Amino acid sequence: MQVAVTNYRELLIAVEEKFPGIHERLERASVAIDGQIYQDAFLEPVGPTSEVHFLPRIEGG
Amino acid sequence: MAEAVDYKVVGSRPVRPDGADKVTGRAQYGADINLPNMIYGRVLRSTVAHALIKSIDTSAAMKIPGVFAVVTGDDFPQAEGGEIGGEGGGDVADVAQNVMARGKVLYHGHAIAAVAAKSQSIAEAALAAIKVEYEKLPVVLDVLDAMKPDAPLLNEHCFTKGLPEKATKPSNIASVMTLARGNLDEGFARADLIHESEHRIPMAHQGYIEPHACTATINEAGQATVWLCTQGHFDTRAQTAKILGCTLSDLRFIATEIGGGFGGKTVVYLEPVAILLARKSGRPIKMVMTREEVFRATGPTSGSVARIKVGVKKNGKITAAKCWIAMEAGAFAGAPCGPAAMAIFAPYTIENFKVEAFDVLNNKPKVAAYRAPGAPQSMHCMEVALNELAHKIGMDPIDLRMVNAASEGTQAPYGPKFPVIGFKECLNAAKSHPNWTKPVPAGAGRGFAVGFWFNVGMQSSAEVHINDDGTVRVVEGSPDIGGSRASMCIMAAETLGVSYDRVRALVGDTESTGFCNVTGGSRTTFATGMAVVRACEDVIAQCKNRAAATWGIDADQVEWKDGQVVPKPGVNADLKPLSLAAIAGKSARTGGPISGRASLNAQGAGASFACNIVDLKVDQETGKVDVLSFTAIQDAGKAIHPAYVEGQYQGGAAQGIGWALNEEYIFNKDGVMENAGFLDYRMPVASDLPMIDTQIIEVPNPSHPYGVRGVGETGIIAPLAACTNAMRNAVGFLVPDLPLSPPRVLAAIEAKG
Repeated sequence: MQVAVTNYRELLIAVEEKFPGIHERLERASVAIDGQIYQDAFLEPVGPTSEVHFLPRIEGG
Repeated sequence: MAEAVDYKVVGSRPVRPDGADKVTGRAQYGADINLPNMIYGRVLRSTVAHALIKSIDTSAAMKIPGVFAVVTGDDFPQAEGGEIGGEGGGDVADVAQNVMARGKVLYHGHAIAAVAAKSQSIAEAALAAIKVEYEKLPVVLDVLDAMKPDAPLLNEHCFTKGLPEKATKPSNIASVMTLARGNLDEGFARADLIHESEHRIPMAHQGYIEPHACTATINEAGQATVWLCTQGHFDTRAQTAKILGCTLSDLRFIATEIGGGFGGKTVVYLEPVAILLARKSGRPIKMVMTREEVFRATGPTSGSVARIKVGVKKNGKITAAKCWIAMEAGAFAGAPCGPAAMAIFAPYTIENFKVEAFDVLNNKPKVAAYRAPGAPQSMHCMEVALNELAHKIGMDPIDLRMVNAASEGTQAPYGPKFPVIGFKECLNAAKSHPNWTKPVPAGAGRGFAVGFWFNVGMQSSAEVHINDDGTVRVVEGSPDIGGSRASMCIMAAETLGVSYDRVRALVGDTESTGFCNVTGGSRTTFATGMAVVRACEDVIAQCKNRAAATWGIDADQVEWKDGQVVPKPGVNADLKPLSLAAIAGKSARTGGPISGRASLNAQGAGASFACNIVDLKVDQETGKVDVLSFTAIQDAGKAIHPAYVEGQYQGGAAQGIGWALNEEYIFNKDGVMENAGFLDYRMPVASDLPMIDTQIIEVPNPSHPYGVRGVGETGIIAPLAACTNAMRNAVGFLVPDLPLSPPRVLAAIEAKG
């Protein structure tokens, strides 16, 4: 999907509007913004051409 | 590759600061804490692998002189849902029930009750006096059996997550993780050659030398202090607070020295029990697990069954890959399916792939994280498949991997594009390594395999205090398992421009320093190191201000250079540089003590790739395997203390070799582990292994001030497949399952005639 946002917080709101209830699952996900993986993103910038991927949280041993 | 930077301290190999204390016995480990009036806690464990608990009668135990308290599941509050972080963490309520069973036991060794007594022998007598009435339930041990619709159910509230349609019936399959891209059918149709195989890897333990241990005391206000061996005292404090329903400020957790963790000491077992016993008895409680308890009730990592299918062109290009893997969670959900699925194809550019990973409950101990959780199990089958394909098309196995190797900009199977990574550099190093180019010893087989791990950042804090003689005290909250105190000192010394011996590091407790997540995920040198560097930069900023004030000039007219504040060129040539010691010595007059601090959530942990080369020889009459040489090549980004980095490579290799060749949980049909001791659970000892050769590749991680990538986990992955591949070349056929123990190898040789 394509959405017009400026940061990750706005992205979550936009995704929740399109897929109600998904916010809860994404809370425990990591996110990759332009290849950079964030465990706890919130205000990270999301640009007009940014690629965002959600992925399971990894913590390791 | 980025240009090498000429550091003064980073990259040096100072003697480890904790070494002398550890070899002389001065260091205090989990079991070494003793307090006045302390008594001893012991746990009663289930003698059956699956049963309802009809009743627990503790009355006789309480009548034994010297017994102070008994607790059972009834003494614990109902833990709320929510997650406990980390692979093998899982749901809070599950962890609480793993700490102490409530109504049902799910594996042999599950905690049922605990006692506190004035001696270990009285505590054992009290355990023997507790009467437990069970109603036995059918036991399911095999992961494939546990997946069947009619399998004995461990948890009637477990509905499979991750299915396209919401599950309507409970199941032992807790979740399914699916990753897919492209078109598998088209991809396999384009292949010149396809390999398919099935592989079983057994449940294995982290095998830390130090058993779990803690000592708890509680004051009249209800505030508990706990000394424990842990990979993360902040995180285990949080778990304990959730399990006991108390606030974080009610608990002070102090990390002792630790004799290994490898992921297995990121979750709690004893601590909530010890606190409850202390609360009930009014005495400090020490609890130390026996080795048998460690095996039966802590760790391990998932056993697995994996089915792999890979297609390649004759030039080695992978056209499609598919993996189905079922992973044992043990008694509660939490097998590392996510990372298993995400890691398996990560080193390669593959247009068409699909991975399905299943988290499956069975009547075995609840799994915990273990070095690169999930990746050794899944990557084993892929790395074996690639070697089989290389063999069949007559291609060098390193060349085949190079044809498909991921690099900067490659879209990883799990979504994002890779930033700068060092995989091809590792492959090139392996290809030209003398242990690869030399002839294979007569009668031996040579194996090659690749490992990958994501690495993580997470939260860390650090303070840097400057003594008035200019020496430096670093305080942070990451338990030092692999030498992190030395690494912190090195990074502080480099940043502040002082010598290594002017810096000391201390691991603070939960009351004395800022929050740090666990020492796990290969994160400490990266994330806590980043916090230390930022705290040092805070110190530098303060020093510049104070020097400017001393000189009566603006702060923007000074700069930090080689551990001193100097006036910028052209400001005032008569001003003499002020060293850290000179500024600290006058700090009382310029604003008081100088302390820097930083707290951060570190982002940008760089992935680490590894290549292993192994030569091994098989005794055709006994099936015994001798490892003749082993080479671990891995990207460290930048090795802060190369000797510690090499130690991580060697440690990971030794554990991976052990898992490949001998280690396995052996259960009888009733679910009782039959080899719960180091005599029967065969880990490699020094005499089993050659000196493990290492080569550090340095492709700096741009997200870290000194380029660090975590190195703690990747090293355990490739040995599994490297040994399988070497075995194939030694005996001439694939032995798909692990461990490659003498009975299995001998049976395989005899079956081939």
